[in-house]
Amino acid sequence: MASYSTNEFRGGLKLLLDGDPCSIIENELVKPGKGQAFNRVKLRNLKTGRVLERTFKSGESVEAADVVDVEMEFSYNDGEFWYFMDPETYEQVAAPDTAMVDSGQWLKGQELCTVTLWDGAPLMVSAPNFVELAVTETDPGLKGDTAQGGTKPAKLESGAVVKVPLFIEEGEVLKVDTRSGEYVSRVKS
Amino acid sequence: MNSHDWQPTADLVVIRERARLLQRIRAFFAERNVLEVETPQLSPAAMTDPQLESFSCRFRQADYYLHTSPEFYMKRLLAAGSGDIYQLARVFRQDELGPDHRPEFTLLEWYRIGMDHHQLMQELEQLIRFLWADRPVSFESISYRQAFLQQLQLDPLTADAGDLQQCARRHHVEIPQGMDTTDKDMWLDWLMVDKIAPAFNPGGFTFLYDYPASQAALARLSVEDPRLAHRFELFYGELELANGFYELSDAMEQQQRFEKENALRRQRGQKTMPMDKHLLAALQSGLPDCSGVALGIDRLLMLITGAKDIGAVISFADEMF
Repeated sequence: MASYSTNEFRGGLKLLLDGDPCSIIENELVKPGKGQAFNRVKLRNLKTGRVLERTFKSGESVEAADVVDVEMEFSYNDGEFWYFMDPETYEQVAAPDTAMVDSGQWLKGQELCTVTLWDGAPLMVSAPNFVELAVTETDPGLKGDTAQGGTKPAKLESGAVVKVPLFIEEGEVLKVDTRSGEYVSRVKS
Repeated sequence: MNSHDWQPTADLVVIRERARLLQRIRAFFAERNVLEVETPQLSPAAMTDPQLESFSCRFRQADYYLHTSPEFYMKRLLAAGSGDIYQLARVFRQDELGPDHRPEFTLLEWYRIGMDHHQLMQELEQLIRFLWADRPVSFESISYRQAFLQQLQLDPLTADAGDLQQCARRHHVEIPQGMDTTDKDMWLDWLMVDKIAPAFNPGGFTFLYDYPASQAALARLSVEDPRLAHRFELFYGELELANGFYELSDAMEQQQRFEKENALRRQRGQKTMPMDKHLLAALQSGLPDCSGVALGIDRLLMLITGAKDIGAVISFADEMF
């Protein structure tokens, strides 16, 4: 089993702690002048997203987590699993709902997503930062009201609901930031 | 490669501040007739301390080590009759990297003949007051034993590894992964960094003195109470700045400490280090009664400039990482 010594610790390194894959956020060496050194480490549990702190006696070895990020294209959702394909190797993986978190609502097909694989299985899927989707349902647009504030809900073709300006019409294609879930702009067709 | 990668990591203002600091240090010692010296960075002998790892390199089929401090050569100068000496030395330590650590850094090390560690602590305080000029500065001083008694209600001289573990649990101290349940010094070191040092005055200097004999390093033991070593450290807040000794001058005892440390290295699967036989011979011929201290110049500069990472006070800090 691969492992890392504390002197290899750095941000982004993936470790297996209590059976869960974790990513190092911060690593600090503490030393009482002369004497034993310790590593104070801040990590993110990649399964739960929670941030935790751990201390190691320097020189300790910790098991590595076999975690990699792969760019994969979304194929389809069969109601139970979300299927992704590596565009170079055509290899397919099936991600359960739990790995999708909020990403599924932005996907209609062919989007290039970041799939985090742990021992080859999808751990987490991140949608592209920006997606372009058509409005399928919203109240009629208010003509002339292009500048003033005020929003209304709009349902997109992928199923997500976002707040949009009052002038948006059904059928229009919108650019949305998936990280904040916010409307960015109309896409000129 | 980023097109700005060639730039220094330290601001030019900080580089000028370093030059000013070195000038002031030299003025301080010139005033006191302490002689500036230079000694080799490369040596066929090395520190045996299992907590210090030296860089090594080869020359004509032999191993050489970059010094982790200029201590051994400076003591050989003292034994040769140099009188009081100081050195501004670049030193090298493996595996030390973090906001307060770089593997290459600058030490100011000096030795004063006829001074014990308390007198040298006073001189170190005078140096810092001189460097701080008209900025306000405060100093406190506490023995290692008093600090543990005050902070943890535990006597570090009589406690064993089991007592220290219990004390850690009682005070809800996080236990690091990989602790050796039988290694008393490991537990003392952990309580030191996790509980004792963080309780020091965060806005001032603290001297910690008279360490347990097991942590004597190169200090002589107290004649009145041989459980104590005449070693001290200086902190600002919890940042360690200096380490000093009322120097061990007994060649026999020095050799035993080298051998004990190498035995510990063997036991832990670390490479043993060639001990400095010339130092032992120098001690045998007679080291004058003296105290010595090493002060981290880069950390001092962090305090002066307010830098949060030591890389910001070193001209080119991060080329290798």
